[in-house]
Amino acid sequence: MKSNRAAYYIKEGITSILTHGLMSFVSVCTIVACLLIMGSFTLLAVNVGAIIGQFENENVVLAYVDENMPDEQARQLETQVRAVPNVESAVFISREDALESFIGKFEDKTLFENIGADVLRHRFVVYVRDIELTAATQNAISSIQGIVLVNSNLAVTRGLVTMRNIVTGVSAVLAVVLFIISLFIMSNTIRLVTFERREEIAIMKMVGATNSFIRWPFVIEGFILGLTGALVAFIAQWLVYTMITDRLTGGGRVSFITALPFQSVSVPLIAAFAAIGFAVGVIGSLMAIRKYLKV
Amino acid sequence: MVRLKDVFKEYANETRALKGISFTLNDGEFAFLVGPSGSGKTTIISLLTGEIAPTDGEVLVNGFNLSSMRMSKMPHLRRTLGVIFQDFRLIDKKNVYENVAFAMRAVGAGNRDIKKRVPYVLELVGLDRKAKSYPQELSGGEQQRVAVARALVNNPRLIIADEPTGNLDPPRSLEMLTLLQKINELGTTVLVVTHEKTLVDRLSQRVIAIDGGRIISDGMDGYYDYYEEQ
Repeated sequence: MKSNRAAYYIKEGITSILTHGLMSFVSVCTIVACLLIMGSFTLLAVNVGAIIGQFENENVVLAYVDENMPDEQARQLETQVRAVPNVESAVFISREDALESFIGKFEDKTLFENIGADVLRHRFVVYVRDIELTAATQNAISSIQGIVLVNSNLAVTRGLVTMRNIVTGVSAVLAVVLFIISLFIMSNTIRLVTFERREEIAIMKMVGATNSFIRWPFVIEGFILGLTGALVAFIAQWLVYTMITDRLTGGGRVSFITALPFQSVSVPLIAAFAAIGFAVGVIGSLMAIRKYLKV
Repeated sequence: MVRLKDVFKEYANETRALKGISFTLNDGEFAFLVGPSGSGKTTIISLLTGEIAPTDGEVLVNGFNLSSMRMSKMPHLRRTLGVIFQDFRLIDKKNVYENVAFAMRAVGAGNRDIKKRVPYVLELVGLDRKAKSYPQELSGGEQQRVAVARALVNNPRLIIADEPTGNLDPPRSLEMLTLLQKINELGTTVLVVTHEKTLVDRLSQRVIAIDGGRIISDGMDGYYDYYEEQ
């Protein structure tokens, strides 16, 4: 593209945006609203995913060994436990170590003076690879001869997994729906502009302008509107996210919620916003102008 | 050069607009195309500008065979044409200079060429002093001269004027046709579609008369009267 022609396209695109100020404003607002909703749900999904990830690291399955089993034999079960699918690692904790760890949580140790380790069982602390498969893993461990009880926070796990799936699903559906809405509104804005300039386009065609020459200013207009919307949406998202996470996590009100810092998601978020803004702007313009180029 | 050979045109609604039209317009010629409403004049113009394709027959314009031409070649054909419309079709938001420069820019001309060519063409049509005026500030005759300047600016080989005097009073109409004659004398082929009997008779140029989709007369130094008597 020659530089003077590129300058002409940009000038025409910007002039059109300013001439149709209200329509341009409405388009940018629509893109901002759609991106903000998309971004909020995506950030929610990302945060839930992060919480689940954290929970996966901390979540363990406890497999208790039959108290009548000799110590050496109990230790040897580790091989079988590790062989269960989805088991990341397994650590043997003797009943003595378990008691010591338990007592260690209390300040007043005298309460446990008369309690022997034989009240407890040897156990394995099992770390799983995929939290969603915890139930199956738990069943498989239970079936090992010598394991008498298997415990995990299955309800919490299931709740988090369900929440993640719902948020991810809703985010995906919303993203598609809002993308289509944005595309439609953008296309409509450019269509109104092209309708107003149809005579100009007809003259351009008549004097021998190529389709790309006619198309470029509209594409640039859509591109600018799309990227402006993306930028405004990103700033708004930043403010909203920071405000909400501060309220949720600030002052220790809900201590188990940890939100990802905005900086950690800002680069992929602005890239996604820019890509969506670009796509909405450019595809919307191309859709709108198509009809007028068929002369 | 324009050559139509056994051209038929039937629209989707089964209207048969042209029924075997043939004529040739050589380079540098001036001709009137006359005929009553619905005779097929507009269809011929649309064929020449590539807006529609013939149902049958051959349409050659400035070396382009429109019967078999690919759409991607259309801009190249249109750069060899200058089209003038009855309703001027100027862009209200652009001044005279911009309206003319716009046609050059649309075909990829650079700023330097535009700055050189546009004032020359405006002078040719007598509008050099109105370069900064907007269409609504001009008379009908002046607006049509802007349209002529726009048609001329890309140095076309053929100018097609579709009822160029339809919105002008008689003195301005004569001025317009005199201007087109002047352009023709400079070497550009000119085809004028008109209803103006007085003007056609006065200019003593070639007159191609059509009716019902057929040519009913084609004569040098022709008269509109001749067509009316058929």
